[in-house]
Amino acid sequence: MTIDAHSSGRTSAPADQRLIYARPEVLADRSTHYCPGCGHGVIHRLLAEVLTELELPAHTIAVAPVGCAVFAYDYLMVDWVEAPHGRAPAVATGIRRVRPEAFVLTYQGDGDLAAIGTAEIVHAAARGERITAIFVNNGIYGMTGGQMAPTTLLGQKTTSSPSGREPSLMGYPIRITEMLAQLPGVTYAARGSVADASQIGKLKAMIKKACRVQIDGGGFAIVEAISNCPVGWNMTPQESLDHLRGPVARAYPLGVIVDRTGAAAGPQAGSQPAGGPAAPGSASVQPEA
Amino acid sequence: MTAHHEGSGPASPPSPAGMPATISAGDSARRSRVLMKGNEAIAEAAIQAGCDAYFGYPITPQAELLEWMARRMPELGRVFVQAESELGAINMALGAAATGARVMVSSSSPGISLMAEAMSYMAGSGTPMVLVNVMRAGPGLGGIGPSQSDYFQATKGHGHGDYRVPVLAPASIDEAVELVATAFELAEKYRTPVMLVADGILGQAMEPVSLRFRTPERRTGDWALTGAAGRPPRIVKSIDLVPEVLERRNLDLQRKYREIRRHEVRWDEWQLEDAEYAIVAYGTAARVARSAVARARERGIKVGLFRPVTLWPFPERELARVSQHVHGILTVELSSGQMVEDVRLAVEGRCPVAFHGRMGGLVPTPDEVLGALKALRGKVQRAAADPALHHDGGRS
Amino acid sequence: MERSVVFAGFGGQGLLFAGQALARAAIKDGLEVFWIPSYGPEMRGGTASCTVIVGDTAIGSPVVDRFDAAVVMNPPSLRKFASTIGSGGLLLINESLLGEEHSERTDIDELRLPCTELAAESGDDKLVSIVALGALVGRLGWVTPDSVRAALREMAGKSRLGDARRREIVEADLSAFEAGMRAALPVQGLAPSV
Repeated sequence: MTIDAHSSGRTSAPADQRLIYARPEVLADRSTHYCPGCGHGVIHRLLAEVLTELELPAHTIAVAPVGCAVFAYDYLMVDWVEAPHGRAPAVATGIRRVRPEAFVLTYQGDGDLAAIGTAEIVHAAARGERITAIFVNNGIYGMTGGQMAPTTLLGQKTTSSPSGREPSLMGYPIRITEMLAQLPGVTYAARGSVADASQIGKLKAMIKKACRVQIDGGGFAIVEAISNCPVGWNMTPQESLDHLRGPVARAYPLGVIVDRTGAAAGPQAGSQPAGGPAAPGSASVQPEA
Repeated sequence: MTAHHEGSGPASPPSPAGMPATISAGDSARRSRVLMKGNEAIAEAAIQAGCDAYFGYPITPQAELLEWMARRMPELGRVFVQAESELGAINMALGAAATGARVMVSSSSPGISLMAEAMSYMAGSGTPMVLVNVMRAGPGLGGIGPSQSDYFQATKGHGHGDYRVPVLAPASIDEAVELVATAFELAEKYRTPVMLVADGILGQAMEPVSLRFRTPERRTGDWALTGAAGRPPRIVKSIDLVPEVLERRNLDLQRKYREIRRHEVRWDEWQLEDAEYAIVAYGTAARVARSAVARARERGIKVGLFRPVTLWPFPERELARVSQHVHGILTVELSSGQMVEDVRLAVEGRCPVAFHGRMGGLVPTPDEVLGALKALRGKVQRAAADPALHHDGGRS
Repeated sequence: MERSVVFAGFGGQGLLFAGQALARAAIKDGLEVFWIPSYGPEMRGGTASCTVIVGDTAIGSPVVDRFDAAVVMNPPSLRKFASTIGSGGLLLINESLLGEEHSERTDIDELRLPCTELAAESGDDKLVSIVALGALVGRLGWVTPDSVRAALREMAGKSRLGDARRREIVEADLSAFEAGMRAALPVQGLAPSV
């Protein structure tokens, strides 16, 4: 890991000590607006580290969602455009097509990506747009006060499912990353978690891989991060992490869902689509190593 | 007809019957014009204006515009994407335009409704873009016939929030070609989305086009997203949760709109010099009105045409001046009467304002308009003959 | 001064093409012109049509309430457009498909031509609308025949077919156009309609 330790006096180490961990320069030196215990801060940090390690910040144009992460532009010091609710993949498509040299990143929550923005994410993936999508799934609409999301677990109480999510009335949770992984335009799809240090390390590797796919000229890459919302879930931060590790991870299995980086020609927007639909089974969840 | 205000001389005397004898031979420039379909001419004008990227979704009656772009843009190494929806198309445009690219999107009425959201974001964030609406009849899915029933939508804000966009309304295909370049110019000069509104007739018809294409000079600002190499990051956004800051942003927008009102009003006048009555109409309706004016003049009725070219900013001062010299104004639209509200605001009761319109994809005939004009004149004359009668603004 | 004509018939009879040829010819003569296909509500009733308006100044209304001429190539078109012709106007009826049908109007010039047979005699029985165009131009003279010939050459030139086939198409179009012109020569003692 290479971290620029010279950007801030606060991160430089005394002469007799070795600096092993510091704030990446691309991460703003400020506290976030996120609630205590929220997973967004961790995911921002991972993104900052990956962008720095891959020397991407100066080339990045990122797309902010509507939702809690709308202010991501206050923390990741790259160029940002704010998308209307759910439209980030379309906005990113526009950037991608006119700026082939840019690194294009979207950051969306589950309401943004898996409810109001399903058409945009599905078709960006179907076109194999060369963009990297970060999908933060905490199963709730946090910013508007904890309403039911498309990813809310069955039985989960929210302010708009006060008696718990009842499938006959409210349907079932969506595993949208698995759905997307069926599409040949998707080069890489994986799901990680912010539940503990070990999971966070694996999540970082997934994000790095998804970024590399874009750098290497692959197609659409998505990393879903299951995350916690202590306030929206009405739990303490510790309880929320236990919940994330248990019921949430059972509903949303962790691991690489599809990896077509080995395929002869990664499908990609602007090139001819490669072949037909993926072979059966190629988009099933592969258990983590 | 040109995009800028141009007064015309008095009506030429009607020609005697017999076309070959009376048609004067045109010059070589007229002879070298090319017959083009409206939708295709608008598309090519955008290409010649330097449009870098086009995003669209098929809808009648503007599908030929999308098809022209699908063929031509890749030929030129430029960007064409058929989006998954009008939402997709307009948001792709938002993304591309945020990087400083010259971008156009087109659709027809139902699709334009879907684009209201992103238009509001672009107005709020100062993102230049040109949106073409080849209007069809509504409401709802309505029909595919020509219409001007999106006037309110185009001129009063389209999406949510306090914003306006310049709206250009060509009345011929040749003028549409010119106004496409103007649209890109205004978009970049004022950092705003701009709408060009045609209707199904202008989209589907063919007319001679001069091929006087224009490529406006690019105005790239210090706001475009290009990657923050060697400079602080840039953000293209409309959100501000601090009311005082958001109000300042709004005040800045309103300042911009005042500038546009001051400098960008465009209109056209025909035979108004000695007119006792004026017809106000834009786009296709203005062409019907032009024929009605010619027929009325043949019958000795002194009437002229006032044609707004910018629907916003509306030529209100110019129309107010006209209203001081005429006995009455007839507004003609392919709608239930939308622009007529702006006409009345501009006229401020100085003379009666009557309205004639058709809906559903129908277009009034010149004789219909002539009839409405005669009705207005009759009412005005009766009121003049009997001072006890006050004019009622033509509303009854 | 404006002159308007509607070409109406079945889809596939080449009416839109004939209208475009007239429009291109008008440009070559330095005139103003407006062409619009049947569109929107007008498409109902089993006819495809296009309107062409030719003039010496900017064309006004794109909708025409009194046509100066109508070319009707099938029965529904006759019923739809016969009443829309202004007094003294021209009604060109394709006898091949309309037989004895006529307009029952006495104030217009009704020109009846067996377009299919004329087209067949000139080499290609499909070119009924080009025959009608020839008759229209021959009878009314709104545009010069040379400009129409040039327009027909130009339009065939846009075809993606090979040169030999393109030449054949041009020859067939020109021959059909001449056949229509000849058939419409003003009858002795009957003045041109407008």
